[in-house]
Amino acid sequence: MNKVFLIIQREYLSRVKKKSFLILTFLVPSLFIGMYVAIFFIYKSNNDTATKFNVIDKSGIFAEQFKNHSNVKFSYINDDFDFAKKEARHKKDQFLLYIPADFKQTGNVEIIGEKKPGIALVEDVENQMESILQTQKLLAAGIDTAVLNSTKARVNINAKQLTDEGEKDASIGATYVVGFLGAFLIYLALFIYGAQVMRGIIEEKTSRIVEVIVSSVKPFQLMLGKILGIGAVGLTQFLLWIILSTGISTIGANVLMNTADTKTEQVLTKNSNKAEMSPQQGGAAQQFFKAADTINFPFIISTFIFYFIGGYLLYSALFAAVGSAVDSETETQQFMLPITLPLIFTFILGMNVVVNNPDSNLSFWLSVIPFTSPIAMMIRIPFGVPGWQLALSIVLLIGGFIFTTWVASRIYRVGILMHGKKITYKELAKWFRYKE
Amino acid sequence: MLSIRNIVKEYAKHRALDDVSLEIEQGSIFGLLGPNGAGKTSLIRIINQITAPDSGEIYFNNEKLNQSHISKIGYLPEERGLYKKMEIGEQMLYLARLKGLSRADATQKIKYWFEKMEMQTWWRKKVEDLSKGMQQKVQFVATVLHEPELIILDEPFSGFDPVNAEIIKNEILELNQKGSTIIFSTHRMESVEELCNHIALIHKSHKILDGSVKAIKNTYRNNTFKIGVNKAIEQSELQTADLLTSKTTDDGIVHTLKLREGFSANNLLQEVIPLANLTYLEEVIPTIHEIFIKTVKD
Repeated sequence: MNKVFLIIQREYLSRVKKKSFLILTFLVPSLFIGMYVAIFFIYKSNNDTATKFNVIDKSGIFAEQFKNHSNVKFSYINDDFDFAKKEARHKKDQFLLYIPADFKQTGNVEIIGEKKPGIALVEDVENQMESILQTQKLLAAGIDTAVLNSTKARVNINAKQLTDEGEKDASIGATYVVGFLGAFLIYLALFIYGAQVMRGIIEEKTSRIVEVIVSSVKPFQLMLGKILGIGAVGLTQFLLWIILSTGISTIGANVLMNTADTKTEQVLTKNSNKAEMSPQQGGAAQQFFKAADTINFPFIISTFIFYFIGGYLLYSALFAAVGSAVDSETETQQFMLPITLPLIFTFILGMNVVVNNPDSNLSFWLSVIPFTSPIAMMIRIPFGVPGWQLALSIVLLIGGFIFTTWVASRIYRVGILMHGKKITYKELAKWFRYKE
Repeated sequence: MLSIRNIVKEYAKHRALDDVSLEIEQGSIFGLLGPNGAGKTSLIRIINQITAPDSGEIYFNNEKLNQSHISKIGYLPEERGLYKKMEIGEQMLYLARLKGLSRADATQKIKYWFEKMEMQTWWRKKVEDLSKGMQQKVQFVATVLHEPELIILDEPFSGFDPVNAEIIKNEILELNQKGSTIIFSTHRMESVEELCNHIALIHKSHKILDGSVKAIKNTYRNNTFKIGVNKAIEQSELQTADLLTSKTTDDGIVHTLKLREGFSANNLLQEVIPLANLTYLEEVIPTIHEIFIKTVKD
């Protein structure tokens, strides 16, 4: 065991000391910040790039009736139509909304601008106008304003999740994001660190140091040491990412929310005398962060670490077997497909089926079969998984990696000492059956 | 010190070792000879416990070979290498510690060898910065660093320039004098006669020859002599020997003769002296190389 520890130490230190490790460690949290900033600005940008409509209302029906939105603003002008038309040509992000005097008869209005207005904008104006006309017609028909207001229904779905602590707000969006992120990171990690195991073994084999090493330790110890050492590198990287990202995003989120609040207030004071603000404005970013808060992160992180370790051990053993069988990286392709296929397959199914239907039969099977469970389960966990399914999945995954490690070690011990041979699956099966 | 008994090793299609037995004595330099693919490497891997035999046993100092013996064996494989990106010092430390040495002990021994081999400045160098000959020096030192009782060298001189080959050869002899037993696997026979006192010949998975170099050579003596004379001798003039070959050289004529049954070299001399001026006489003893070729052909 002492020797395995020595091997782990070498594999670990030789990688952690590398510059690329440091770079990657800081790069990923920076991407997280980038993501947060992007989310914030996407929500915020709605305020800044509002389209302006200059309204010439010759009919007089719509006077001071248009409502400003997060992305459209209306102002009324009394200019001459032809003059305003000429003006509109030179103004970007501005449109002229011309309502002719005979509007009641024809129902036609014109939107004039330097470019074509988007469908959403046109629809918005149409809706507003229809609604205004409707209200006016209803009022004209003698319906009370109070009655009118009470008929306006507003639906807002709030998903609630029943847990031991009682009802919790389940934010579907955040759940989806967390599940996706966990699954994606595991998917990526299995490829990155699995390939590192494979490359490390090919390096030892082609540099021929392996024969010296296996005269000191058993091939199985060498393989195990390598797998565990590189796994520890991966784990270190993830822990650093989690720590750095939480640290940075907590600070970042606070800063962003504060600025968001003040901005909103400024906008509110500016517009207070003109039109009312939509309640969603500026608060969207806050909403997202709040939703993220409802997710049980300690639980998700611990399951993430388990499924990373389990999945990594399972797949890296297979990568190790492939590495031992070939003489160079270019020869690995024929053996890679059976390893990468289940991963890609689960990832695609996960993104399309599991996430939309986390409790379906397919989702269940994908999340308990060891070859697919690390990815599928990460998607399901934020939605809530029955305890027995989680337990079954964990037990099967442990069994799974013990099995693949055993199979791989039988191929590995023969493969590392074989050179210059074209290896087929038949050959691998033969190696597997060799005695000591 | 090492007793190899009835080893059989089979791979899928062929038998690499068929009932091979060897006794290697304490303090000997043992030459394990054989053409490529004879089964030498298979046997060495079994001694190093890299693979296990299908049947047969190996005893190390009268103990059945087990994991505890790993630290007592040093192995330099034929195809050898090092971690390219790792510093030499670190690398040696790692290899020595895998053999069971403590960090402090290993460091001290590395320093001793670095000084001995004039490699002091190499500690922080990487393998990729060393020439091939330098790398082989490093590999050799890594093999013997933990002071193994048994040192197994597979083609140790391949790729060495003559100067370094000489250095390594002297180190091997010195280690042997200090008490290490050495197994020396090769298909290059010249080096064998110089170094080995005992050899075994493996051919097509079988041991076909085994014994001390002297004894083996003696069994292959066949009363053949070479004489140098100033004037050619005819077969008709000789009663004691058969004339095999004659060759004219700058210094005269060289005859190869085989003594007839019942005659000695003295009888031959008495017969030749009146016939011509003799410049030399020597017995033709086959080299290991010739024995090797002869045995393999038979």
